Amino acid sequence: MMNDMNDAPSAQTPPILSVRALSKVFDISGGLLDQLALKDGRLRRVKTTVKALNRVTFDIAPGETFSVVGESGCGKSTLGRTVIGLYPPNGGEVYYGGQRIDVLSPRQMLPFRRRMQMVFQDPYASLNPRKRVAAILEEPLRFHHPELTAREVGDRVKEVMEQVGGDVQWLTRLPHEFSGGQRQRISIARALVVDPEFIVADEPISALDVSIQAQILNLMMDAREQRGLTYMFIAHDLSVVAHISTRVAVMYLGSLCEVAPAETLFAAPRHPYTQALLSAIPRLGKKKSGHVRLKGEVPTPIHLPTGCVFHGRCRYADERCVREIPELLEKDGGTHVACHGVAEERI
Amino acid sequence: MMDHWQRFKASDLFYDFKRDKVAIVSFAVFVLLFVCAFSAPLIAPYNPYDPANIDIMSSEIPPVWMAGGMDDYILGTDAQGRDLLSTMIYGMRISIVIGLCAVLLQAVIGIVIGLIAGYYGGKLDGFFMRLADVQLSFSYLMVAIFVSAVLQAAVGVGRFAEIAVPFLIIVIGLAQWPQYARTVRASVLAEKKKEYVEAARVTGFNSHRIMWRHILPNCMSPILVLSTIQVANAVMSEAALSFLGLGMPVTRPSLGSLINAGFEYIFSGSWWITAFPGLLLVILVLAVNLLGDFLRDVLNPKLYKG
Repeated sequence: MMNDMNDAPSAQTPPILSVRALSKVFDISGGLLDQLALKDGRLRRVKTTVKALNRVTFDIAPGETFSVVGESGCGKSTLGRTVIGLYPPNGGEVYYGGQRIDVLSPRQMLPFRRRMQMVFQDPYASLNPRKRVAAILEEPLRFHHPELTAREVGDRVKEVMEQVGGDVQWLTRLPHEFSGGQRQRISIARALVVDPEFIVADEPISALDVSIQAQILNLMMDAREQRGLTYMFIAHDLSVVAHISTRVAVMYLGSLCEVAPAETLFAAPRHPYTQALLSAIPRLGKKKSGHVRLKGEVPTPIHLPTGCVFHGRCRYADERCVREIPELLEKDGGTHVACHGVAEERI
Repeated sequence: MMDHWQRFKASDLFYDFKRDKVAIVSFAVFVLLFVCAFSAPLIAPYNPYDPANIDIMSSEIPPVWMAGGMDDYILGTDAQGRDLLSTMIYGMRISIVIGLCAVLLQAVIGIVIGLIAGYYGGKLDGFFMRLADVQLSFSYLMVAIFVSAVLQAAVGVGRFAEIAVPFLIIVIGLAQWPQYARTVRASVLAEKKKEYVEAARVTGFNSHRIMWRHILPNCMSPILVLSTIQVANAVMSEAALSFLGLGMPVTRPSLGSLINAGFEYIFSGSWWITAFPGLLLVILVLAVNLLGDFLRDVLNPKLYKG
């Protein structure tokens, strides 16, 4: 697995997925009556919105395992769901294989549905409790390949089931008869059965027991090698990310701070937030040293800070950081950093 | 078929049923009444719809155990000389048919509207739910009185007797759909947030397929519970409308119109014409309601799954 990481995506290969200035805003203001507020003696309609994604831009090259990390509520799940088309974006563009997909109708989107799949976090909620495993796996296949005979469908389902380490006898059972790890294998099988190229994995192992996590990770990495998959892997477990990723994107409050090849990022983090985040990884046998302690709380995404979203907690922040939103700029070694301090080379 | 039966025998529902005496008794009573009602032509001693069996001379004969009772009429006769037992069995058939069909109509309307309102949300949801609120703020009796008055004037009282069954089904069915729509909507709101629905969307299934094949099967438990309670309600509603003279005519009486017909004779001593159909109605509704309570307790995941 280690040698894979060295094939850093060259600039020549066209990206499989491109995201440009993607924004997503959720309206949480409720009904009309909740929106009314008294301001300056006048009744006004005020909308409360959560800015979940702010102008997120990145590319994923074919064959990569692109990980998105960040703390809870930073928008990494929203990013995954917007990329795959579960949420319509409020701004920006998503390209898949060079074609813009965020503006397509559900019907036009169908060919892409077969090529992009998703694995979910909660194995207890992601399988329909009323359907047998066979039905869960056969339905997408029949839907996308109506030309297949019942026998061919059955064969492909069995093949995928074996690939994810399941038993053919599982097919006749209902989801509640399985453990969390087994269900996650079935979830992965459901994603793989339509033979996709690209899989968004939204924290696929964080709901699992630690002993099972490694099994599921190995299963996903084996599937990647056998099928030439590209992953967008959403996680908050940094040690897992360091182990499997080719490139890593660090998110904070809906914005990308840093995108870099995994080895570079973990060896030499550039962005102050990445430095703080990585210093929080517990290490066996090492004394507490160089632990960056952040002050204060994460601001709410309802009232975003001006300028750099991190400026309130950053020890390098200056007047420009408060005023101006930093762009994601390319540095040496394929690293992209959104930080005025790094751009001005004072960090 | 055997497979389904085996699976049912192993289910929690059957396990709980075997241990619940009230459920067993009420189920047995309901099945008995149901079978009696639908084999009415076979088991009823007389056919109350056949004028040849009606003899005005034998009207208001008391039940067999009272003075003046006759062996031919076990529960006595009504004011027109019809055997009360036979009339009750036929009447129960009409009551059950109207009850079941009205609930079917409610369920179809309510499930479709509830699914659409819950799944799409937004303005559509607001519109349908306010419609339901408006509907519930009318008494169904008021609507039924109004509609039946218009209908009777339009088609004439004689013809109205012929269309009384579909009329009652439609009035009761339309009056109660908000119950279903609200229940279904609430379950859909809970289900559609689950990841299996998102997985279905990622696969590219259209909304129609997701609503009917993925979400609806997971909302069936509350629908089942509501249905039993609604059958009991619909039977009672039918009886109430017939009692008010807006339902089944005296020539083809349901339980409600039998109670109504006998009501005039209570003070002249012929209490049985009202009392026996009333008792039968109570037993029928009670059995269905107790079954509904049992289902509610068993299928409510909060009560047994923790």
